[in-house]
Amino acid sequence: MNTFSESALAAGRMLVSADPVLWAIVGRSLWVSACSCVAACGFGLLAGAWIGVSRFPGRSVVLTLLNTLLALPSVVVGLVVYLLLSNSGPLGFLGWLFSFKAMVIAQALLVLPVVTALTRQVVEDAERAHGEQLRSLGATPLRRALLLMWDERYSLFTVLIAAFGRAVSEVGAVMVVGGNIDGFTRVMTTAIALETSKGDLPLALALGGLLLLVVLALNLAIALLRGWRERVDGAATPALASRLA
Amino acid sequence: MTRRNDTPLFRLHDAGVRFGDVQALRDVTLDIHAGERVALVGANGSGKSTLLRLLHGLLPAAQGSLTSLAPARTQAMLFQRPHMIRASALSNVALGLWLRGMRWRDAKAHALDALARVGLDQVARRNARTLSGGQQQRLALARAWALSPAVLLLDEPTASLDPHAKRDVEALIGDVADGRTLVFASHNLGQVKRLATRVIYLEYGRVLADLPVRDFFEGALPKEAMLFVKGELA
Repeated sequence: MNTFSESALAAGRMLVSADPVLWAIVGRSLWVSACSCVAACGFGLLAGAWIGVSRFPGRSVVLTLLNTLLALPSVVVGLVVYLLLSNSGPLGFLGWLFSFKAMVIAQALLVLPVVTALTRQVVEDAERAHGEQLRSLGATPLRRALLLMWDERYSLFTVLIAAFGRAVSEVGAVMVVGGNIDGFTRVMTTAIALETSKGDLPLALALGGLLLLVVLALNLAIALLRGWRERVDGAATPALASRLA
Repeated sequence: MTRRNDTPLFRLHDAGVRFGDVQALRDVTLDIHAGERVALVGANGSGKSTLLRLLHGLLPAAQGSLTSLAPARTQAMLFQRPHMIRASALSNVALGLWLRGMRWRDAKAHALDALARVGLDQVARRNARTLSGGQQQRLALARAWALSPAVLLLDEPTASLDPHAKRDVEALIGDVADGRTLVFASHNLGQVKRLATRVIYLEYGRVLADLPVRDFFEGALPKEAMLFVKGELA
């Protein structure tokens, strides 16, 4: 047997035997990503919807910046959060560096542009198509933003799932601000990087397999959501949701 | 049917609207009085929808002026393809009332009355998006009627409907518009004859004829308008 097949077998055994180390890492990883998505979505959905319906001087600059931030390297986010939270940084007094909270902040900053930019696109498309009718009913820009968010909620669920996918699969930022401390800040991606460098391929492979399963489950969720939505109201899936799926 | 006052509800003076390089309306001068039923006719792109949107305050006049005694909140506009939010028929009607300041609970009670008025009370809880085109147009009429508007603006309200639904919706329009000022765009000259008291013919954004309905169909018309009428009736 070669290294890959031996490692794959060992990884399978770890998964079947419900290895506590493995599952602790998986649980922590999912929890960090969920918390960061909740934090990012709280602001990103509202900001994106607002930008989608409003017109203000400098809007095109904001959009360019937002689209640029979509390609934000995760290690850069990690570095910025590290500098902010380090002892000599402005937020050093919090003592959050190398903690769960630091990882949540870093991932939230990483997915915030994703949520904001995609929400802006969804809401702006809806505004272009239906905003005039809502204005005719007397809806102010804020109410239009909220109504269009509600109306496009299935597309926005897709955005949230995509954001979660981005968060759970990133490695650079959580490595820098979390420190990959065993039993404390070690998550799937940082564990894979570490175990691979140590040569412990079975654990790395088992985690890699689980990460793939998580991403697969997310894509499956998007597909199910699309199918269910089409059954419920017979509406065509917007182009954005199709692209993300 | 027509109750005409001396002070016009809308007064347009040399009004114009531009979309980039396109002059959608130009030099439009007309008065619309309370209680009138005005039909806007003309080919596609003649400026009918633009004129409705200008009257409703959805577009500003780039040239000339619009003086309106009917603020936007006393108007309701029905679009060719009404947009229903992804919610029940009842919520869609209540939404219009809520947006104009009514409490949600009261809005729903009023909405139920409006749905009964257009014969949709049986589908009040159904997802509005699953209703047929004709039902959605009736729902939009209920939403407009619920607002108790003084002015009803309709943009080709039956254009995308089958003949049966067209008849239903047209009858409802006649009913709902009773006692209100009605301005509607239509390609259907039969409908214009049945609903309107005055016809405005537009071409390339200009008003070429503005006549009482009988004169429009029986009197002398500018050549372009005559060709349009013959073409639509053919």
